[in-house]
Amino acid sequence: MWHKETSLQGADAVILPGGFAHGDYLRTGAVARFSPIMPAVQRFAEAGGPVLGICNGFQVLLEAGLLPGAMLRNRSVRFQCEHVFVKVEHVDTPFTSKCHPGQVLRIPIAHGEGNYYAEPEIVEQLEARQQIVFRYAVATGAVTPEANPNGSVHNIAGLCNEKRNVVGMMPHPERACELAIGSADGLLLLESAVHSVGQGNGVTAQ
Amino acid sequence: MRARVFVTLKPSVFDPQGTIVTDALHTLGYAAVQNVRQGKYFELDIDASTEDEAHRLASEAADKLLANPVIESYRIEVESGPAGPVP
Repeated sequence: MWHKETSLQGADAVILPGGFAHGDYLRTGAVARFSPIMPAVQRFAEAGGPVLGICNGFQVLLEAGLLPGAMLRNRSVRFQCEHVFVKVEHVDTPFTSKCHPGQVLRIPIAHGEGNYYAEPEIVEQLEARQQIVFRYAVATGAVTPEANPNGSVHNIAGLCNEKRNVVGMMPHPERACELAIGSADGLLLLESAVHSVGQGNGVTAQ
Repeated sequence: MRARVFVTLKPSVFDPQGTIVTDALHTLGYAAVQNVRQGKYFELDIDASTEDEAHRLASEAADKLLANPVIESYRIEVESGPAGPVP
């Protein structure tokens, strides 16, 4: 669906993909957040429809206020493109329902601004409400400073809103769907989405 | 009328770019430069009849778009008369 549309035309789920919308000028996602399609995405999210933002899509969700926090430049001040290990902390979202709690996925990151930041009180709230869905970890699942590729607070790689229907993540599951290209772990997220939509969330996209 | 909007990271927010610039200046021998914070600067040419009106419009633009209140704060200067280069 093109960003200049104003209706989601009955979509069952919304995935805001990665990329560098509007050249990332001003701030990542800051201009895309005002795309004509975004009011419809906002309404869909508020009605409980499943929404996933990947990489630049996550940044758009942050700028739109659908998820809390903001992105800073990577601690390294470099664009980082590499496979990382991500621990699935919670499986009660539409995009992680087919994962096991604590499961470690190997999926790539590709970003210059993935250093997640929020005020300490907000981070505490995210922890208390179990909204941190993905954390950078080592292969065994231990969440360590060395496993953190970009400096994100509390190793946050992805999070959800309070209602748990809106999820944002910096790693790219869609780039890990074939063993031939390094990993098929990302398929679990797609399968989760298909499963959740099949269960019916009762939301009709306008 | 010209409004100048200076957007900077809040003091509590780590600035990876500023840190790199600080290190580079130290490499160049400027040991006296203790710290650098990198920000953004915007010049808005505004059709407004008073400085207050220009300030209000620039402030709205900063709130909605130019700054992200989660990590940034901003300061506005308004200058009436013909728009000119930054002194």
